[in-house]
Amino acid sequence: MVLVLAIGDLHIPHRAPDLPPKFKSMLVPGKIQHIICTGNLCIKEVHDYFKTLCPDLHITRGEYDEDSRYPENKTLTIGQFKLGTIGQFKLGICHGHQVIPWGDLDSLAMVQRQLDVDILVTGHTHQFKAYKHEGGVVINPGSATGAYSSFTYDVNPSFVLMDIDGLRVVVYVYELIDGEVKVDKIDFKKTATAPSAH
Amino acid sequence: MLNGTEDEEKWLAEGIAGIQHNAFYMHRALDSNNLREALKYSAQMLSELRTSKLSPRKYYELYMRAFDELKRLELFFKDDSKHGVSVVDLYELVQHAGNILPRLYLLCTVGSIYIKSKEAPAKEVLKDLVEMCRGVQHPIRGLFLRSYLAQISRDKLPDIGSEYEGDADTVMDAVDFVLQNFTEMNKLWVRMQHQGPGRVREKREKERSELQDLVGKNLHVLSQIEGVDLEMYKETVLPRVLEQVVNCKDDLAQYYLMDCIIQVFPDEYHLQTLETLLGACPQLQPTVDVKTVLSRLMDRLSNYATSSADVLPEFLQVEAFSKLSNAIGKVIEAQVDMPAVGAITLYVSLLTFTLRVHPDRLDHVDQVLGACVKKLSNIPKLEDSRAMKQVVALLSAPLEKYNDIVTALTLSNYPRVMDHLDIGTNKLMAMVIIQSIMKNNSCISTADKVEVLFELIKGLIKDTDGADVDELDEEDFKEEQNSVARLIHMLYNDEPEEMLKIICIVRKHTMVGGPKRLPFTVSSLVFSALRLLRQLQGQEGDIVGEEASMTPNKIFQLLTQIIESLSAVPSPELALRLYLQCAEAANGCDIEHVAYEFFTQAFVLYEEEIADSKAQVTAIHLIIGTLQRMNVFGVENRDTLTHKATGYSARLLKKADQCRAVYACSHLFWVDDQDGIKDGERVLLCLKRALRIANAAQQMANVARGSGGPVSLFVEILNKYIYFFEKGNKQITSSAIQGLIEFINTEMQSDSTNPDSVADAFLASTLRYIQFQKQKGGVVGEKFESIKL
Repeated sequence: MVLVLAIGDLHIPHRAPDLPPKFKSMLVPGKIQHIICTGNLCIKEVHDYFKTLCPDLHITRGEYDEDSRYPENKTLTIGQFKLGTIGQFKLGICHGHQVIPWGDLDSLAMVQRQLDVDILVTGHTHQFKAYKHEGGVVINPGSATGAYSSFTYDVNPSFVLMDIDGLRVVVYVYELIDGEVKVDKIDFKKTATAPSAH
Repeated sequence: MLNGTEDEEKWLAEGIAGIQHNAFYMHRALDSNNLREALKYSAQMLSELRTSKLSPRKYYELYMRAFDELKRLELFFKDDSKHGVSVVDLYELVQHAGNILPRLYLLCTVGSIYIKSKEAPAKEVLKDLVEMCRGVQHPIRGLFLRSYLAQISRDKLPDIGSEYEGDADTVMDAVDFVLQNFTEMNKLWVRMQHQGPGRVREKREKERSELQDLVGKNLHVLSQIEGVDLEMYKETVLPRVLEQVVNCKDDLAQYYLMDCIIQVFPDEYHLQTLETLLGACPQLQPTVDVKTVLSRLMDRLSNYATSSADVLPEFLQVEAFSKLSNAIGKVIEAQVDMPAVGAITLYVSLLTFTLRVHPDRLDHVDQVLGACVKKLSNIPKLEDSRAMKQVVALLSAPLEKYNDIVTALTLSNYPRVMDHLDIGTNKLMAMVIIQSIMKNNSCISTADKVEVLFELIKGLIKDTDGADVDELDEEDFKEEQNSVARLIHMLYNDEPEEMLKIICIVRKHTMVGGPKRLPFTVSSLVFSALRLLRQLQGQEGDIVGEEASMTPNKIFQLLTQIIESLSAVPSPELALRLYLQCAEAANGCDIEHVAYEFFTQAFVLYEEEIADSKAQVTAIHLIIGTLQRMNVFGVENRDTLTHKATGYSARLLKKADQCRAVYACSHLFWVDDQDGIKDGERVLLCLKRALRIANAAQQMANVARGSGGPVSLFVEILNKYIYFFEKGNKQITSSAIQGLIEFINTEMQSDSTNPDSVADAFLASTLRYIQFQKQKGGVVGEKFESIKL
């Protein structure tokens, strides 16, 4: 059981002052194994904060990020490759402002194929999405602060926690709606496809 | 010095030996009921206490030995069957002792029994003893003697309800006795200060402080007397004690005794005698640390107030706050040499007091701040860092107490105090204020409060006179400015009119921040305004006519002006992003010319200001992405803008970037909406152009490096072909796709020396996708059927 936090588009301090207090109290250090951040933090303080939650932090560049050295995209592998079972999940991260049209699932699927990953985590639209297609899953954790978006009206703060266990991933989405944290979960199972050049 | 201590040890040992020696014989006399002998040896024993060679500590040890022996003697005296002498005669007998000190110790001992016997009124014996003790004027000896008197008389005072109370004896007599003993002890104690040469003053003060509790004990006794009720305390006890305190003109005694009074007597008494007690303070010696005394008093009273709700009305009735406030004023006036830090510490204590006792009285808080302002105004320039710290404590206290910045903002003197801080401390305090707001998640919702707030934090917002901007540490500066940026989001009102006012005030203040600050604050302000715009959009249906002053156009004008200020920095990349955000917002409001204008601004920046190739790539993608979503443009405008976008895409520096930007442009001609543009031909044109660029890139790589270039580009373009094919673009045929696949395979095979595994995998998954779609069946399956793999 590996816990991966997918979070992004906080836009601190340009569009939001801070993470919602209810989210802050839920995110405690030591519980999460990896953090995937889609980008647009935007300042070092937020980076440092995430580091305190979990040292294994993967960030890709959003167009407002202060640190321009973050990569455009990134991949990481969760789990061990075992003979007999393909117990590995490949995750890809990309902010999404580079993928046009913005938020278009087919275009995002192309990126997924390009990065050769099972799960693509992307942001930019500030709208939570968890979408399965033939090539895998596309997850958008939304904006953790509910920041203003030209793309989405009425943004609710949200983030995603993925529980990866063998071939199965449970996606928990946490949304702050009218002051209350609501949780939803979606199950995905990785089909053991023919082994390709992994 | 060492010699001195050694000598003292020697003398003490000698003294103790002397006591033991005589005690031995005294015991023998007691056992044989020999009064005469007992008196003789006890007198000799007590003579050891006549020494003047010992320090108080050592003398105390000697005294305690004698004390123990005197207890045994007292037992003997009490039992007149043993010695056959009446207590009256005994009282007379002991006065024949040779030296005065032993005589008086014996007299006190017998006196104790005398009172117990009730053969004479307690008050008379007590009076006699307390006056006789005057015979010993040596400070240490006299203090211990009187201490002994106090000790043995303790349980024999004619208190109410005590067995010693009678017609002749009242509690007044008890009080008189204790007061007199106290007065004499204090005189002796003060006299110690003037004994001996000046250079051992420190030593003397240490010795004096060792003896302070002997004097203080009397006050303790007074507090324990049942009969000393509020009335008596007010009329007799306190005035007389204070008289002695003030008149002794000794700073050590005054400090100790004032504090003793405060600690020893009940808080209700202090409340009711506040004026008298406080009246003494300005009369104390200037070297007395009166601020500590007053602080402790206020602490006690605060605790008392918070102990129970019933007590509060009393505070109001005696006007505690105003009395304390006046007293502090008088003390500061009287002690001209008191340093600033002293005065401000007093104000901090007073503020703490009122925050605990009368938290709802904001006028009190403002008053204290006002007094502080007055004090600070008289100081040309405050440079003491401790004083600064106290001022920060003064300003932080209301923030912590009320947890709500808005309350602090109503205090008229708050900004005035801040004005007196030096630049560094002022900024520190401004940060404290901002942090308080962030921590409490406070929302400031009216324009006038925002105005006050920004006045308070002006040290952060702009360069103040005398500030050396170069001195600022970059990290600190960033932190400051980011805090201000975050703060802007805490200013919010539901009412669009009010919100616009707030935005205008923030703009007014931040626009003078200078090029270093603008990049931080402009973004927050822009998004604040964009949020307002959205609010307005949401309310569109509800407002009828009255909101004529507030239109989207007005907000767009405001936005333009705000973003324009970035040219002074200059910050073209940020400005471009913000213009594009505004363009999207204009699209949402369906105002074509405004949206067009924003695009124009963005393009101008791209053309003239953004030279870095990496920045250009991101910028052009942002332009394309935004443009793709625009539905407000008519054909002409749209054409102009897409033409520009594709043109710039093709002119990016690196071929790979060109290729990607150009195929991104293909989406400009195909929008999946109902009414969206769907120009299949121009889509194909873009894709073909992208292919040509990819080919050129391939050839260049061959020439330059002798090996293949980015095959991945072709696979990407293939994916785009498939995308539009699936969407129904008739211009894209299955044979075109097939051809492209073959072409890619050929390219990959020809470059077998440099296998690109990433491109391989990409191609493989793309082909998998096609297979998957074929197997889907239905319309999709049919469509993909035509692609032969």
